[in-house]
Amino acid sequence: MSTRSVVPFGPQHPVLPEPIHLDLVLEDETVVEAIPSIGFIHRGLEKLVEQRDFQDYVYVAERICGICSFMHGMGYCESVEHIMDIEVPDRAKYLRTIWCEFSRLHSHLLWLGLLADAFGFESLFMHSWRLREKILDMFEISTGGRLIFSVNKVGGVRKDMDSDMLHQFETTLVDMEKDMRELTKTFLNDYSVKTRLKGIGILSKQEAFDLGAAGPFMRASGIALDNRKLGYAAYGNLDFEPIISNECDCYARCYVRTQELFQSVDLIRQAIAKIPAGEISAPVKGFPKGEYFMRVEQPRGEGLYYVKGNGTKFLDRVRVRTPTFANLPAMLKTLKGAQLADVPILILTIDPCISCTER
Amino acid sequence: MNVMVFAKTALKNLFSTPATKMYPQVPAQYPERTRGHVTIDIDTCIFCGICQRKCPTGAIKVDRPSKSWSIEPYGCVQCANCVECCPKKCLGMGTAYTTPGGEKKVETHVQPPKPEQPAAPASAASAPSQAASSAAAPAAESTEYTMVEVDMAQCILCGLCGKKCPVDVITVDRTAKTWSINRDECILCENCISACPKKCMTMQKSAAQPAGTDTRTKAVPEAAPKASAAPAPAAAPADEAKGDSKPDAETP
Repeated sequence: MSTRSVVPFGPQHPVLPEPIHLDLVLEDETVVEAIPSIGFIHRGLEKLVEQRDFQDYVYVAERICGICSFMHGMGYCESVEHIMDIEVPDRAKYLRTIWCEFSRLHSHLLWLGLLADAFGFESLFMHSWRLREKILDMFEISTGGRLIFSVNKVGGVRKDMDSDMLHQFETTLVDMEKDMRELTKTFLNDYSVKTRLKGIGILSKQEAFDLGAAGPFMRASGIALDNRKLGYAAYGNLDFEPIISNECDCYARCYVRTQELFQSVDLIRQAIAKIPAGEISAPVKGFPKGEYFMRVEQPRGEGLYYVKGNGTKFLDRVRVRTPTFANLPAMLKTLKGAQLADVPILILTIDPCISCTER
Repeated sequence: MNVMVFAKTALKNLFSTPATKMYPQVPAQYPERTRGHVTIDIDTCIFCGICQRKCPTGAIKVDRPSKSWSIEPYGCVQCANCVECCPKKCLGMGTAYTTPGGEKKVETHVQPPKPEQPAAPASAASAPSQAASSAAAPAAESTEYTMVEVDMAQCILCGLCGKKCPVDVITVDRTAKTWSINRDECILCENCISACPKKCMTMQKSAAQPAGTDTRTKAVPEAAPKASAAPAPAAAPADEAKGDSKPDAETP
C-alpha cells in the first residue's frame, strides 16, 4: 500500500471565490478522501435577526452572499409576506422575477469565468466576466448597486423599471445573447476544455439523489427538478422546463449552466412581455406572527428559507439552508478517486458559495 | 480536433481596444440611481432620529441637544433606508463612491443656529388651543422643550396625523372626538404637522419636559342655527314626523 499524505487545500486558494478548507488525503496523486472544514466566513447573520427590525433585516439577508444576494433578500421577504398575509402586487412579482433571472445570468457567467480560470484558460475567464459586466451595468442602472441591490422590501420592491428601461435591457440582451453563444461554443467545443472536463467527477443519478445534491449539479446527473416550477414570484406564469443532462460529469454541469444562460434570457423576455402595470409595493401593518417555510431556486440550487415570528418587530428565527451546503457531501463523493490536479475543477463544479453556506 | 474554436475571438481581441474604461484618466460615470454615499442638507434637518433608528448598521448618530448629525462612511452599506424614511427629505444619495482613505473617519454635520423667529410667541398667544402649558415666556435655550399641539376648534378628526406618525404616538378617535398623543414616545419629527390638511397643528414651546399622554377633546358645537336649546325628546318626534311624512309626500 502506498503511503498516504495529507495536503491542505484552502482556505486561500487561487480558484476559490470564497474560503473553504479541505484536507486531501492522497496516495501518490489520487485523492482517497477529503475532509472538509468550514467556518472561515461565519458571521452570525442568523443570530442578528434577533436584534434587527424585521423590515431592516432585508438588508442583512441580502448581504449573506454577494452573488446570490437578490434571491436571499427575496426568499426572506416572501417568507415574511406569507406569514403576514401581505398580497404583493403583480408588477412587483414580475420585477422580482426579472431581477432573479438577471442574478442567475450574472452568477452563471461568473462561474463560467472561474471554471475557465481553474483550468488555466485566463482569456476565456476575462471574456465571461466582460459579458457579466454588461449585466452588472444593467443592475446599476435599475437598482443602484452592482451586486447588492437593496430593492427588495417586505411588501414588494423599492424601485421600478419603467418600460423604457425594460426595452433598453431587452436590446442589450439581444447583443449579449450573440456574445454568449460565441462564448459557450468555446466552453462546449474546445478540445482542451473538453479534456479537462469530460469524464471527470462522475456522480450517478442515484448517488446525486441519495446525497441530496441540488441545482445544476443535480440536474447534470439527470434529475429534472427545478424549484422555479413551484411558482413563487411570477414563475407560475412563465413557460420553461428544467434543463438536464444525463452524462453526470463536469462537462455535463458546464453544459447545464450554459443552457440555463439562454433559458434565463428567454425567461426575462417572457417576463418583460407579460409585466402588468400597477403598484410596486403593498403597505405593511403590524408584526409577523407565525412561521413559514419556502424554497427558492438560487443559481446554485435549492435554497430553503424558514422564518418564524412571534408578534414583535424582532423575529424569533431565520434559517437559511443554502444549496452549497447541500452539495458539499456530493462534492466530497466526487473527490474520492480524483486526481490532485482535478480537485479545483471538482470543487468549482458545485459552484461553491461558501458565504451562503456559513452566513 | 477543435483547438481553433477560440482563435477567432483571440485574433479579434488582439486588434481591438480594451474592454475596460481607462479610469482614472477617464472619470467614472455613474447612472442616476447609483447608491454611492449619503448626503445631508443639515439646515433642513430636525434631528428627529428616525434615520438613526432605521439604519441597519448603526452608522448614523443623531444628537438633538447639540444639533449634530454624523455618519461613519465605513459602516454605511448604502442601503438608502435613511433616505427613504427621512420625514423632511433632507437626506439624499449621491452617486460617487467615497474615495479610499487610510483611516476610518466619521463625518459630522452640525446645524448652525437659526436666527430668532419673533412671530412664534405671537401665534402661540393667539391660537385658541387648550394647551395647559403653553409657554408665556421663552425659557432658557438649553432647557426649552417643544411639543406638538393641536387647535381642536380647527381639527376635523380626520386621523391623518396618526397615520403619518412614524412612531404611532397619535390616536384620533372620531366617535369620542378625542385626539391624544403619547409625549414620551414623540420624536418631534413634525410629520403630523405637515400631514394635517387643516394646518391646525403647531410646535409649541414648553418650559417643562413634555411627558405622559395628553388628550384633547373636541367641543361638540351647538346645534344647527335655527334650533334653540330644545331638548332632544322634543326634536325626536319632530324628526320622526318628518320621516313619516316623507313617504306620504311621495305617494300620489
